[in-house]
Amino acid sequence: MGSPIQCTDLRKTYDGKVEAVRGLSLQIEAGQCFGLLGPNGAGKTTTIEILEGLLAPTSGEVRIFGFTWKENERQLREWIGISLQETRLSEKLNVRETIELFASFYAQPRQTTEVLEELELTEKSDAWVGKLSGGQKQRLAVATALVGNPRILFLDEPTTGLDPQSRRQLWDIVRAFQKKGGTVLLTTHYMDEAERLCDRLAIVDHGQIIAEGTPADLIDRLGGHHVVEFQVSGEVGKPNGQTSDLWSALPTVESVRHDEEMVCLNVREPHLTIPALLAAINQKGWRLDHLSTRQASLEDVFVRLTGRHLRED
Amino acid sequence: MATETTTPQTPDASRLERPAPSSAPTRRNGRWSGYRHLLWARVIELKREPEVVFWVFIFPLLLAGGLGIAFRNKPADVASVVVIDGPGARKTLSMLENSRQSAQQSAEQSSKHDNSAHSIVRATILDRDAALKSFHFGKFDLAVESNPDGSFTYYYDPARPESVLSRAEIDAALQSAAGRKDSIATSSHSSSEPGSRYIDFLIPGLLGMNLMNSGMWGVGFALVEMRQRKLLKRFVATPMRRSDFLLALSSSRLVLMVIEVGLLLGFGVIAFHMRVEGSVLSVLVLASVGAVAFGGVGLLTACRAQKIESVSGLINLVMMPMWIFSGVFFSYQKFPAAAHPFIKALPLTALNDALRAIIIEGATLSSQSGRLLVLAIWGGLSFILALRWFRWT
Repeated sequence: MGSPIQCTDLRKTYDGKVEAVRGLSLQIEAGQCFGLLGPNGAGKTTTIEILEGLLAPTSGEVRIFGFTWKENERQLREWIGISLQETRLSEKLNVRETIELFASFYAQPRQTTEVLEELELTEKSDAWVGKLSGGQKQRLAVATALVGNPRILFLDEPTTGLDPQSRRQLWDIVRAFQKKGGTVLLTTHYMDEAERLCDRLAIVDHGQIIAEGTPADLIDRLGGHHVVEFQVSGEVGKPNGQTSDLWSALPTVESVRHDEEMVCLNVREPHLTIPALLAAINQKGWRLDHLSTRQASLEDVFVRLTGRHLRED
Repeated sequence: MATETTTPQTPDASRLERPAPSSAPTRRNGRWSGYRHLLWARVIELKREPEVVFWVFIFPLLLAGGLGIAFRNKPADVASVVVIDGPGARKTLSMLENSRQSAQQSAEQSSKHDNSAHSIVRATILDRDAALKSFHFGKFDLAVESNPDGSFTYYYDPARPESVLSRAEIDAALQSAAGRKDSIATSSHSSSEPGSRYIDFLIPGLLGMNLMNSGMWGVGFALVEMRQRKLLKRFVATPMRRSDFLLALSSSRLVLMVIEVGLLLGFGVIAFHMRVEGSVLSVLVLASVGAVAFGGVGLLTACRAQKIESVSGLINLVMMPMWIFSGVFFSYQKFPAAAHPFIKALPLTALNDALRAIIIEGATLSSQSGRLLVLAIWGGLSFILALRWFRWT
């Protein structure tokens, strides 16, 4: 039996022009929660829809449990549950009817009441879909994916636009599914989601994977787990090679990045870096306007790799 | 997997590592569970959509009621005449009134020999300008001017049948009031029996039009809406059989069709004493064929459209020629004979003609096989093409 999801050298070209996916390979093991992280337009949705068998790749191969979509579509559909990025379910059906409808497509679905309970929708089971809040709608979308008792759950931006509480509720649902042995593939452009939920991550940009590993791995690759951000004024002038050299010469600094007026340092040991930093600023006669330290995040990884922020909005 | 295991390579679920079984036992669905739920969901949704109830059920009744009243037989035959004011105007008016009275008397004496039952005249006197203006705007069918030499001048519009008719009626009335004697005795039988009135012609036409409207909109619009909502894509991401989905959509039309036919025919029978000459079963079978045929045309119209706006335009474009040519409100015999073969090839023409034959003339279903074939060809071809070009995502 092959891995739940495996693909090699996927390419997708729209209208012979736009290259949405450019040679992407993945292997996801059973029981994993795998995240595709990247900015809007990076090709995440195209990739996940190819893996879901909803789009045909221009070239490359997809195997789900070792089977191809072409030959085993009906059987594979029984084994996967999907939540699309944007589905507006029929507004005039109620929650229970909607889940029943989706259950009816599967040969051996789960009990509707059980799914309702699991997704905390029991109270809303008689409410029309049109009357649900954003979080409830999204939970219903996941419920329609879970009612078929899938082995793999595909979630395309499951928490985009949701309030913090609804997001946490959804994360719990995903974790519960994983705990029962399910495999999850999700796309997101939220760092915190990727860090907290995913066992492994692939950072996608311009239709390619630019880094892959566990969240901790990826942050490790930055070299420093801490970020020191500061801003100085005085005769500093524009950031240039000279000042950058000054900062990178400080103890335990791994890398230097200028983000407008702000200077960001990736450092291994802030308790050594900061005193040296303060001394250097003092010596130059500059003034320190701002200083903060934080844990390095995937955002830093992304910026380091691409020079851009994940969410430029 | 209890379902088809046709190819030896079909993967076997039991070989897969499943997520641990859920606490409650799973259930097993039969082959038709998806279809049943889709059909049921469709009907429930329609029931909960007040607009659908109005447009599909109430609106045709209002239309039938309104048109039935507007084209009641008697008032349509009133000749509406304006007499141009002048020295002889009063006399002209009284001549017309005398003629009507005598007509009514003779009608009372013997309804069998009622040769002027139609000469009911509504006449008014207006000054010359106002009279001619009102006539030109269609307020009157005819303008009459009494000349100083005792003769009359008629102003009429040869393109308007009621104007032509009025001229003949008024001329006869004035001539007989002036003393002309009929040289031959004539008699006529009036016929406003159920079966030959406008409403009898209209109701089957409305029924056909309604089947077309709700088939095209019910299937076409619903499909594009689902496509736009990404609901079609969500459905095909499940093991749902695509044919089940399309089948459920078309058969939900049949459920509605029975209600539509019942309401409209019932309304005609109760409100206008219409008679259904043929068998009701034949009407239902014919209406089913019609509903499914237009469901197919609706499917084809909507097979690729991505937006509600574009499909609305397409649906109207497809239906437009049939509204005009297929004899809903008036007979297509009014169009040049050269166009008749094309008009008869339209599905709505076939449906309307067959409905009228069965309802008004009491024809049998088998005598309508040609028209049924036209419907079947339209429906079948549309269905096949729609399936070939269908866009699910």
